[in-house]
Amino acid sequence: MSIDVKMAWRNIWRNPRRTVLTICAIAFSSLLLVFMLSFQFGSYETMINTSVKIQTGHLQVQAEGYQDKKTIRLVVPNPAAVGEILERIPHIQAFTFRGQAFSLVSSKDRTYGALVTGIDPIREIQVSRLKKLIRKGSFLSESDNNQALVGKLLARNLRLELGDELTLLGQGRDGSIAATVVNVKGIYSSGIDEFDRSAIQIPLKLFQNVYTMDEAVHEVVIIGESLSDIAEIKRSIELKLSKLDPQMPLRILDWEQLMPGLRQGIEMDLVSGMIFYFLLILVVAFSILNTFLMAIFERTREFGVLMAIGTAPARLTKVLLIESVTMTMIGIFIGILMGCMITLYFQTIGIDISGASELLSQFGISGRMHPKLSVLSAVSGPLAVFIITFFAALYPALKVRRMRPVEAMRAV
Amino acid sequence: MYLQLAWRNIWRNTRRTTVILVAVVIGIWSMILLGALMRGIAVGMIKNGISTLTGHLQIHYKGYRSDPAIEHSIADPQAVERVLNKVLPSGARWTSRVRVNAVASNARHSSGVTMVGIEPSSEANVSFIGAAVYQGRYLTQQDQNGILVGEALRDKFETKIGRKLVLMSQNTGGEIASRAFRILGVFRAEMETTEKQFIFVTREASQIMLQLDTGISEVSVMLPGKPDNPDAISELKAALPQDQFEVHSWRELLPFQTAYLRILDGFIWIWYLVVFVAMGFGIVNTTLMAVFERIREFGLLKALGMKPWWILREVLTESFLLLLSGMIIGNFLAFLSIYLLSEIGIDLSALAAGAEYAGMSRIIYPAIEAKDIFMANGVVMLLGLLVSAYPATKAARFIPVKALAHI
Repeated sequence: MSIDVKMAWRNIWRNPRRTVLTICAIAFSSLLLVFMLSFQFGSYETMINTSVKIQTGHLQVQAEGYQDKKTIRLVVPNPAAVGEILERIPHIQAFTFRGQAFSLVSSKDRTYGALVTGIDPIREIQVSRLKKLIRKGSFLSESDNNQALVGKLLARNLRLELGDELTLLGQGRDGSIAATVVNVKGIYSSGIDEFDRSAIQIPLKLFQNVYTMDEAVHEVVIIGESLSDIAEIKRSIELKLSKLDPQMPLRILDWEQLMPGLRQGIEMDLVSGMIFYFLLILVVAFSILNTFLMAIFERTREFGVLMAIGTAPARLTKVLLIESVTMTMIGIFIGILMGCMITLYFQTIGIDISGASELLSQFGISGRMHPKLSVLSAVSGPLAVFIITFFAALYPALKVRRMRPVEAMRAV
Repeated sequence: MYLQLAWRNIWRNTRRTTVILVAVVIGIWSMILLGALMRGIAVGMIKNGISTLTGHLQIHYKGYRSDPAIEHSIADPQAVERVLNKVLPSGARWTSRVRVNAVASNARHSSGVTMVGIEPSSEANVSFIGAAVYQGRYLTQQDQNGILVGEALRDKFETKIGRKLVLMSQNTGGEIASRAFRILGVFRAEMETTEKQFIFVTREASQIMLQLDTGISEVSVMLPGKPDNPDAISELKAALPQDQFEVHSWRELLPFQTAYLRILDGFIWIWYLVVFVAMGFGIVNTTLMAVFERIREFGLLKALGMKPWWILREVLTESFLLLLSGMIIGNFLAFLSIYLLSEIGIDLSALAAGAEYAGMSRIIYPAIEAKDIFMANGVVMLLGLLVSAYPATKAARFIPVKALAHI
């Protein structure tokens, strides 16, 4: 250990009380940042996963322009060909086909408008959570022909019970009138009111028959193995799609394009989080600057003596910076350690959010909230603390250089 | 006398005092500013919710809230009006509406909407629609075939003013009624969902279409003064026949916003405490150092016969004055920033879809609530004194002989 480091280390522990308090301040802010960031990331992941698993999937193949217009005419005409492509792309967990049409839905004495979705009962289970959300009755099976699943709120509005008849009336792909009668087989509740109020699912085969779709579908919904694989999967699908029929151009959209509100919601939450963290770090920085500054004032005489016996100002600055960096590192280390422990604890236990469940269920978060510890969330906050405290310490450390030994030695 | 003594002691070391003052000022400033912004988001959300066809309170036929269907209409609105005239404080405004789910369609598109039949003149005093039409014109009583649509709906339907739009809904007989309207005006709303969801026609037109006669779905009331008025609600409840009508306040009608309001206080508290802890370490450290620096002085004072609790009081008074000065400056700066922000607001248009996803307005203005300001200052002062008690007791416990011998 060089003499400078040794000196710095001993200086730190000359006033243990002050050192411990400063380290506590740094540790506290690091801990808080680790936890808060993990909490935020965890809630985003929950939001994305639930929205993706209930509504859109990670990726969708659609006809060009369908996303904006949702017109029944814009179809994927050859889903089998798309399916063949998808089979050969790695990291795809599952995919399914859906057809969608806005229709009038009537029960015995009520009529509402709703989005009728044709789903493939077998494939859908691997892609969406719909089956787990069934509260009454059961999910569609392969042999079902004229059965339907209805959202809880829509069922209430239509006064539907299991087994009741439901008339669908809409417009087919060729412009003809599409009408059929189905029976309610299951009622589900996702907690997202918008979805539970306006959606009804029928078997894809029936959908294709009624809406004169032939073999066509509107969406090919894809779930990747994890969120981080999505970009790569998207690229490889894009490449293969361009080789298909150029007459009917198909597009691949990821969840950010499918749900722009969700992505921007996350961005906004991140931005407001940043403001919060910035203010917090600012307050901590002043606390620390204060301590460093005071420590140096207190030791004015000491520096005067050191300089008088020939210590170069640069060396003094170096020692002081070693002191502050060591203190910061200890604080950050403790902060990260404790932050990770607390986060991991809540990651397994979950945080009870029943007080806010009404609010959060609309974003697809229900039950308990699980923070998610990652390298990013564990390191980025403390890193910011490190940088800021380094600069906070720089000012007093440089101030020393302007001291004059004679005056400094006379200071009380 | 010791106030003066404390004040002079503080300024003996200007540099130290300035640094700690800055820390307190930034702490208070960030507490109040962020609190006001969070409060502002809530205020914006609620204002928005109230003006988007909610009002301060609503009267429905019994059962309408859980099952908003046409058979739960108020058949005799005049009876309700008479009660309103009698019971509500002067200055209250109200309007009655027909509100049903419908399907809107033109040659290319169709979509589910909420058809709202309004009384143009009284509606303008109650909800946002009176001032929201930016293209074409607002409805008048005579516009039997006129319809107002939102900008987003117009774009989605690829239509424009003067074009036709067909509405379909279930009438009182359970049959599907449909009627063609002509687009008279296009409105803009705070949220795109509002623009997509609501379309407005005159009350009479909707009543004819749905064979409602004089029936209406709801009466929406704006009260003078504060939005919350439990007296008015209980009086209304007493005056209206219980078996026919239900009265709901906006808190019941806007569960999402109410839930946000409920957890907001918790958020603000947590923020205050977090900032305080960050700031508190600095306060303890500095006070501690200030005390140890003056160890000889305290020893001398004690040797001269000053009682320990006098010293305790002395140190606490110094902290009190420091905190007070910091609070005054911090509050001033916070109010200044809030004042500046209240002119322009924070524009979230770039993240509009995100703001909408969270149910927030596009522009947020900070909102001051006495409770928040009081809490922020209270937290800093109380906890500030509490953490200064530690160095203060240290100072009070110095043993004169040892302290005097200290260099």
